[in-house]
Amino acid sequence: MDIFLSALANIIDPATLVFMVIGVGAGLMAGSIPGFTIAMAVVLTLPFTFSMPPAQGLATMISVLVGGLSGGLMSGILTGIPGTPSSVATTFDGFPMARRGEAGLALGIGVWSSFCGGIISAVLLVLFAPQLAAVGLEFQPWDFFMLVIFALTVTASLAGEHLVKGLIAGAAGLLIRTVGEDDAVGVGRFDFGSDYLLTGFDFIAVLIGLFAFSQLLSDLRNPVTARKALSDQKRVEVKIEHRRAIRILMKNWFDVVRSALIGMFTGTLPGAGGSIANILSYDQAKKAAKDDSQFGKGDPRGIIAPEASNNAVEGGALTPLMALGIPGDITAAIMLGALLMHDIVPGPTFISDEPVLAYSIYIAFFLASFIMLGMQSIVLRVFVLVTRIKAYVLATVILTFATIGVFALHNSVEDIWTLFFFGILGFTMRQYGFPLAPMILGVVLGDIAELNLARALAINADPMLFITRPWSLFFAIIAVFSTIFPLFQKQRGSGSMLERLYSPLLLLALSAPLFMMGGVFRTSLAALAILSAGLILVRQRNRQSPSS
Amino acid sequence: MPLNRDTIASLCLIMASGGLMLASFEIREPDYGVLSPAAWPRLIIVIMGALSVIYFIQSVFGQASTKATSEAGDPRPAGLAGFLAYWRNVLAVFIIFGLYLIILPLLGMLISNILLSLSLLTALGGWRPIVMHLCVALGTSGGMWMLFSYVLEVFLPRGSLTGF
Repeated sequence: MDIFLSALANIIDPATLVFMVIGVGAGLMAGSIPGFTIAMAVVLTLPFTFSMPPAQGLATMISVLVGGLSGGLMSGILTGIPGTPSSVATTFDGFPMARRGEAGLALGIGVWSSFCGGIISAVLLVLFAPQLAAVGLEFQPWDFFMLVIFALTVTASLAGEHLVKGLIAGAAGLLIRTVGEDDAVGVGRFDFGSDYLLTGFDFIAVLIGLFAFSQLLSDLRNPVTARKALSDQKRVEVKIEHRRAIRILMKNWFDVVRSALIGMFTGTLPGAGGSIANILSYDQAKKAAKDDSQFGKGDPRGIIAPEASNNAVEGGALTPLMALGIPGDITAAIMLGALLMHDIVPGPTFISDEPVLAYSIYIAFFLASFIMLGMQSIVLRVFVLVTRIKAYVLATVILTFATIGVFALHNSVEDIWTLFFFGILGFTMRQYGFPLAPMILGVVLGDIAELNLARALAINADPMLFITRPWSLFFAIIAVFSTIFPLFQKQRGSGSMLERLYSPLLLLALSAPLFMMGGVFRTSLAALAILSAGLILVRQRNRQSPSS
Repeated sequence: MPLNRDTIASLCLIMASGGLMLASFEIREPDYGVLSPAAWPRLIIVIMGALSVIYFIQSVFGQASTKATSEAGDPRPAGLAGFLAYWRNVLAVFIIFGLYLIILPLLGMLISNILLSLSLLTALGGWRPIVMHLCVALGTSGGMWMLFSYVLEVFLPRGSLTGF
């Protein structure tokens, strides 16, 4: 109880509340502007939080995050252009509703769905993060190393047919992190005699360069669109219809819960964020609907599903971050950066070692959702004004801000050079179709991987332990199968051997480490996995039999 | 052999991997510590090199997409003039930002940032709204400078020529 009260005192501190309100407002604005991603907003907030106490800094960043996740719906519903990739599906039904004169209701449904999704995921975060952390206490250095490899391969596999590019990006991210003095013995690596390289790249500057700078360059590339404003609407008279929206949500409560669970689960997967969750839950809502004829024409369920899920994603992404120190997506990776900036290393002992900070994160998550609810109407008015600003003006202001923000990290002009170099690198990678998420995870997780590799080899030099320990084997199996996944997806419906054997083989392979772990629950899970694999194979055989 | 964008990129990556592998032999090997400081980077370089070779093979056999990789969407004109026209804004940002980094130690952050904003706005938006650009540059750069200097108390770089 004392811990909870201390955490509450941290968050309801007037200064923290003011920063949270500003953060939610800024997040809502950032989320509503197409091309200005949530990750960009969060990463640009980071330099501001440097001088704040950890709880205040994290609360501010969580506020930007929660605001950003909800901001995309304004643009999507009112202009038909999704503010962020995580609100793409919202436009499918939100924009048609707005066009037939129900913009206020569409916004209301979107806002309340976001709120419910956020609250459900916050509850699940509080419930599951300590459980996952308890499991994480079993992890040894071999397991942590394989967990990082798994995170990188899963993120790379999301690049689909560009899997190899994703893996190269991940490896490049790990390599970038090795530049400078080695943490263990203090030997310079790849410094080429330069003091700048010997100190290593500040990874926050790398993140801002890779993500924000390169995104701005992409937005500015086309001279015609760079001089255009998002919208030329002079005035938008929309009043959010809260009561009707709540009634519709109560009627479709199952859609809300299902979508929030999809969002939460997607968020826990490394690299998979709101952009996947919103489409996935929209698809599920459509499939589950008795009458799906109105989907795409302005069905309220088509707004509920994506908005509830994209707000639930962050609770999912924060769960592995708080429990294991492994971020679930880019924004969580930036949050990891914020924690490291304050000399806090998240891991399985984080919640027990830093309970006040952990509870502060939980409370901030809840509170930010309420602030978001209250601020939507206010920000809606500002949004209309911002949409009239030309893209190049907005980009210039953000770029200028980024220079000061990056400098403020360590009072170092070299960090602005880092921003510049990695901005160019990120932009080039975007142009060549290299996904940036694996590289960012590689940069963030590089040190953790090397540290655990060194620790593992110091305990026992046998490399076989990386695949013979139960948890290591578990992560290695998922890493291998996630690498094959794009190939499996490509061959879906072809009836190929890979398509038929992928799922049963995965289940059978996973049963081995589960058996090795022992205990009633995990042994039962292993037995269930074998049973499921068998059932899938039998079903496939039965399906083939009538045709043959 | 067709030399598409991916083939060139993969060859660059293979060369970079080779260069970095050579550079890794320059890393000093101390007598203490379990894991050599060069071991982890070498492991990554080997993996990156192997992946680059796969990428090269894919690009040669046409599996790696060469056209879907661009985010820009619109067709790219051929020739140097076409190249410059297509990348005009990006090149302008590169050049202006590079110059900004050179003048920053001389003029300090306040003046450099005003110049950065003004030149970016003018290069990207044209000369006609110059008054508006000047107001935006002064307002945003000045505002941020004041915020960081006086509210967040960050010591921003002073110019060796200007003294502030």
